[in-house]
Amino acid sequence: MTLTSRHIHAYLLLLPAFIFLVGFTHYPAIGTLIDSLMSTPRAGRAAVFVGLENYQVMSEDPNFWKALRNNFWFALATIPISIALSIAMALWVNDKIAGRQFLRLSFFLPTVLPMIAVANIWIFFYTPGYGLINQVLGVFGFASQNFLGDPQLALGAVTVVAIWKEAGFFMIFYLAALQTLSPSYQEAAQIEGAGRWYFFRRIQWPLLMPTTIFVLVNALINAFRMVDHIIVMTKGGPDNATSLLLFYLYEVGFSFWDRGYASALTAVLLLILAVVGLLQFFMLDRRTHYR
Amino acid sequence: MNKLLSRAALVAAGLCLSATALSKTEVSFYFPIAVGGPITKIIDQYATDFNKAHPGYNVTPVYSGTYQETIVKALTAHKAGKPPTAAILLSTDTFTLADEGAITPIDKFVKTDDDRAWMKSFFPAFLLNGQFDNKTWGIPFQRSTVVLYWNKELFKEAGLDPNTPPKNWAETISMGQKLTKKDANGNVTQWGIQVPSSGFPYWLFQGFSTQNDAILANAAGNQVKYDDPKVVEALQYWIDLSKKYGIHPPGVVQWGTTPRDFMERKAAMIWTTTGNLTNIRSNAKFDFGVAMLPEGKRRGSPTGGGNFFIFSKASAAEQEGAYKFAKWLTQPERAAQWSIDTGYVAVSPAAYETPALKKYAAEFPPALVARDQLPFAVAELSTHDNQRVTKALNDGLQAALTGSKTPAQAMKDAQAEADRLLRKYK
Repeated sequence: MTLTSRHIHAYLLLLPAFIFLVGFTHYPAIGTLIDSLMSTPRAGRAAVFVGLENYQVMSEDPNFWKALRNNFWFALATIPISIALSIAMALWVNDKIAGRQFLRLSFFLPTVLPMIAVANIWIFFYTPGYGLINQVLGVFGFASQNFLGDPQLALGAVTVVAIWKEAGFFMIFYLAALQTLSPSYQEAAQIEGAGRWYFFRRIQWPLLMPTTIFVLVNALINAFRMVDHIIVMTKGGPDNATSLLLFYLYEVGFSFWDRGYASALTAVLLLILAVVGLLQFFMLDRRTHYR
Repeated sequence: MNKLLSRAALVAAGLCLSATALSKTEVSFYFPIAVGGPITKIIDQYATDFNKAHPGYNVTPVYSGTYQETIVKALTAHKAGKPPTAAILLSTDTFTLADEGAITPIDKFVKTDDDRAWMKSFFPAFLLNGQFDNKTWGIPFQRSTVVLYWNKELFKEAGLDPNTPPKNWAETISMGQKLTKKDANGNVTQWGIQVPSSGFPYWLFQGFSTQNDAILANAAGNQVKYDDPKVVEALQYWIDLSKKYGIHPPGVVQWGTTPRDFMERKAAMIWTTTGNLTNIRSNAKFDFGVAMLPEGKRRGSPTGGGNFFIFSKASAAEQEGAYKFAKWLTQPERAAQWSIDTGYVAVSPAAYETPALKKYAAEFPPALVARDQLPFAVAELSTHDNQRVTKALNDGLQAALTGSKTPAQAMKDAQAEADRLLRKYK
């Protein structure tokens, strides 16, 4: 086989995947960038080139900044907490304890449920007065809180739902990773008299690093991708207290029908994800030990 | 290979043949579901019956999710060049749909005296949201309004007449104070009144503002009056119910849990849509009443719900079919049955004269309250760039209700934002 025919062969094999990648990822992304420089077409008025006007509008749009700030706090809370929780749960159900299967199932259950259903259940958990959480608070003598109706609490309330939904999913990855670790490490550590915490910190955690990278990337994407529960629970309210970037984008695109501005918001979202993704790969990848 | 081709040709020919043989006009019809009940079954039955009665047409109903999902699907399809022939969409989206060039005025199909009589048969309040530029863009189909539900048992416990709901703003306060209960720690266990404010607070607020004799938007949909002193006063009243009188839950109250709060006796009186009537009727374990909203300077409530729209890019024959379907759907007997099945307000006075609805109303008088309130009803807030202009008000209302802005400041900010958005429609 000559070199050329080998190349052609290779490209032919790549072609199907390539077509889908271009058709559904690259083409829309570039299309969005172009749209973000155009005005929104309305009946009788075609889109015209407006340069950076949409970005100008964005920089002056308080709702955008609010959504960005909210998203920052949302990501900052969901990512570390859900990862920490998922590791703790994975370590727990990895041990040989009674009812292990049941525990695994119950931790994983939130992931299986559709977000819309989950959000509808949580609305009632958060209900002032007779909601589950307020009933528990009431037992300890605390006053009933209006979690979703108070701007101080609403973002925290939707963050908790996201963590609850995410942690079980990540647990599965950690559990799978833990089960591939050779039991001889554990035995060696026991012989050397290493404590449980020391064993986790010096052996399990470094060995889990590839999984952590994977989970971290996913958690980050999800922090910008989860909006279903916002739509169901608060619609971004009260007064934009729970508006996240993607929710705002959806609102601009499909409630306000402002395509140009929505495209500009998409471009910003893409940029944020690209930058954070690259940073993660370059900085963390170097410190990760792959076997 | 040749064999395959000829077979394909045969099949294609067969398809053409059958298409000409039937030569039916296809009418696709998107509809959303916003209330409980077997709606898809009812609509499918309507389509089957209509097709039987009109052999030239084939109406295909497509269940398309919520109102929001339906408009997203319909408008996206319109932009791609293949919209449905007709759809049920929020009446407040009329301006948006017309601005996108997506819908066609109904007037051009109104030709005979019978057509004109039909157009006049609707409650005028329901036509308001579908009309501008001297044209009618939408036919009322599933319409609602805000009413007061009160718990008769809790009224009796509080020493009030269980059959007399508050008539005006002052009575709401005095009765609400009697109906609010606290436990030993001072925590409220039962609220006097509850008006939800999540999601679309503007709709409920329009009750207060109309009662205070303020109209939020002009009919042309390019001017709002959010900062009208009467609007600010109405907002102050809503806030005072909680801040000053302590008879209304503080902060933003969830729309979705409000009927539940009522059924759990956590709220003695609530404001919500007539669309919840069937739900509350089948789930409340106590005797309850339904009344018109209390009176301020005048009575008032917004209308709400969905209109029937015909899309501009459908062919003339398809549009004609959709028009016939709309007319057929809103005939008194059908409108009456639709109202009984769903809890929506029937769209014409004639529907309330049908034996079916008369019998239903005799068994269940609250079904008539919404109709009786209609003479006092105003158009639901709707403008050009509707959802954005409305959001300005929603944000302002929630900011004021949660105490992060004063009512005057919140309404001033909302007005400034709305003015900026509406500038280009003047």
